[in-house]
Amino acid sequence: MTTLMTPAIVSTVPGLNAPQPTPLSETQTLTMGKAINEGLRQAMLDDPKVVLLGEDIGALGGVFRVTSDLLAQFGARRVIDTPLAESAIIGTAVGLAYRGYRPVCEIQFDGFIFPGFDQIVSQVAKFHYRTQGAVHMPITIRVPFGGGIGAAEHHSESPEAYFTHTSGLRVIAVSKAQDAYSLIRQAIASDDPVLYFEPKRRYHVKGEVVPELGLPMEQAVIVRPGTDVTLLSYGALVATARDAALAAAADGVSIEVIDLRSLSPVDYALVEASVRKTGRLVVTHEAARSGGLGGEIIATITERCFSYLESPPVRVTGFDVPYPPAKLESHHLPDLDRILDGVDRVMGRR
Amino acid sequence: MIDFSPQLVQLLAIDGARKPRSDFDPWVEDLDGTALLALYRDMVVVRRIDTEATALQRQGELGLWPPLLGQEAAQVGSARALRSDDFIFPSYRENAVAYCRGVNLTDIVKVWRGNAQSGWDPYAVNMATPAIIIGAQTLHATGWALGAQRDDVDSVAITYFGDGATSQGDVNEAMVFAASFQAPVIFFCQNNQWAISEPVSVQAHRNIADRAPGFGIPSLRIDGNDVIAVMAATRMALDRARTGGGPTFIEAVTYRMGPHTTADDPTRYRDPAELAEWKTRDPVLRLHRLLTSLGQITPEVEAETAALADAAAAELRAGCIGMPDPEPLSVFDHVYTTPNATLELQRADYAGYLRSFDTDRDTAEQNRKA
Repeated sequence: MTTLMTPAIVSTVPGLNAPQPTPLSETQTLTMGKAINEGLRQAMLDDPKVVLLGEDIGALGGVFRVTSDLLAQFGARRVIDTPLAESAIIGTAVGLAYRGYRPVCEIQFDGFIFPGFDQIVSQVAKFHYRTQGAVHMPITIRVPFGGGIGAAEHHSESPEAYFTHTSGLRVIAVSKAQDAYSLIRQAIASDDPVLYFEPKRRYHVKGEVVPELGLPMEQAVIVRPGTDVTLLSYGALVATARDAALAAAADGVSIEVIDLRSLSPVDYALVEASVRKTGRLVVTHEAARSGGLGGEIIATITERCFSYLESPPVRVTGFDVPYPPAKLESHHLPDLDRILDGVDRVMGRR
Repeated sequence: MIDFSPQLVQLLAIDGARKPRSDFDPWVEDLDGTALLALYRDMVVVRRIDTEATALQRQGELGLWPPLLGQEAAQVGSARALRSDDFIFPSYRENAVAYCRGVNLTDIVKVWRGNAQSGWDPYAVNMATPAIIIGAQTLHATGWALGAQRDDVDSVAITYFGDGATSQGDVNEAMVFAASFQAPVIFFCQNNQWAISEPVSVQAHRNIADRAPGFGIPSLRIDGNDVIAVMAATRMALDRARTGGGPTFIEAVTYRMGPHTTADDPTRYRDPAELAEWKTRDPVLRLHRLLTSLGQITPEVEAETAALADAAAAELRAGCIGMPDPEPLSVFDHVYTTPNATLELQRADYAGYLRSFDTDRDTAEQNRKA
């Protein structure tokens, strides 16, 4: 026989015996990060099969503290600090799902998802189809995404289009605390695998959170109604789009701002109705333009609403460049002025 | 015993002689003549199924087939060591394991006929459907084992893969995770010497079994053409896993006597002398020799076994040829667990497109009659 390595000792983790926080029971003002934390807590209370896997999610509570205190409340059997291997985080989640668990994987940063890409695309997305419905993959993959935080390479990316192009996955991007709370609970409860994108530069933005599930996650919402231009956005840029609408209103242009929330499937019913009303469409995202979600949405809307369009739809996006260094990211990221420039173009003002 | 630099374990010599070993024999002391004969029958039947499937491919009834010829002992010996609540995560060559698990013969070839992306309900037989991405299933087995650990049950996951797969990141990550969490999982590597055209020497400079100890996983290196050694090693690893001992790595040294798949041509890269050498170590022949020496092989036994194999082949052939084609619109089924508006629109559009041909035909028919 041989000497075997012993498993990590978890009972000495600080805070393991801390008093158990109670779930959110009334409306509170929370940061988006804390709202996800509360959503995770509620999901874990609701279903003992929910387990969390990720790097540094235990004692540290994740590099963004989104899983703070969950190890103390639920223990190391349900809040699992994993070795540093993204493919294995996803691949073992597949095995756990096979056995009836609902794993929630944390990918530490957007640019770290690619080592796990094969397991997501070839396994997670395809198992239900492959087995003709016999095997479900109720896996949620949380991904902090997007730029604007002055970070090093691989820490500011927007990889969502890789996943919206992959059949079998649902893709969500949240923009505010309430949705962050409600949609993480919906994502975990879903029997389909869900990529759940969290705009990391909005983690600290506070908002009122009602402990309810709200609208189904596949529905987009109108953030601000308008009549002249439909402005589509998701994630961090929803707030920027709303600011743009306020600025444009002062200039006499009425913008309808839509928060897509679900990137796959896209709520085309709501988008179509808006474009039929406004006749003009601007889509904005941080991700690079070519092959991005904006192009797909504009193609679909053009197919379905061609005769309603007053002008060619416009994309306001990141450039077709690798994510640039921090000192250049303000040029790459769509901001209020670039969005308003796009609005001017669909309005025929330039 | 289990060691960081394991020597090859062989309990059944090439000439059919039983080689006693005090450390392994206790794991197979129940293998009397009757039990060995049952293993022999399994091996003969799966070889016959394998041959029949190759023939079906040559006749155009299957798109592809990955033969297991030569690996019967490795697969039957390990599969027959398992409990029904243990869960198997195979690659695409473990058709003998599927047979032992009770998978319907027709379901085994469903994938290779192109009728579905997998042939059976994994939960009906506690065996996942074949993984085609090399090594991906080792992570699934490790995750399943983490689940079993959390459920406080003593069920074990076993994953099958080849020598080529040991170069994959997923296999190495699976070993890291399995060791870290002491997961009840067995890594069963069939080193069949070839990854399509690449010899095992391209994958590894030392024995494959030597890798696992570096991960903190003890390993065994066994003669994979010796069904008794395979069963002993698998039972030993199962016992370790069930009693909280964690993962075990087994390298079953065997040989892929046929091509990688029916699309492959080993004559382009393999010395015929090597195949001839391995034919002398044939796992079925070896067990036959032992059984003969035990007086278990009689003309009646030979006839019964042959009849069993022929019946399985006939069942496979009939099931394969009689398999109905899937309905065209089923291409849209089971992408998601719930209806998806984007996909439902595509389904409706395509259904309308297909119906348009019916209308054209109906109109043409009416015109002809008029």
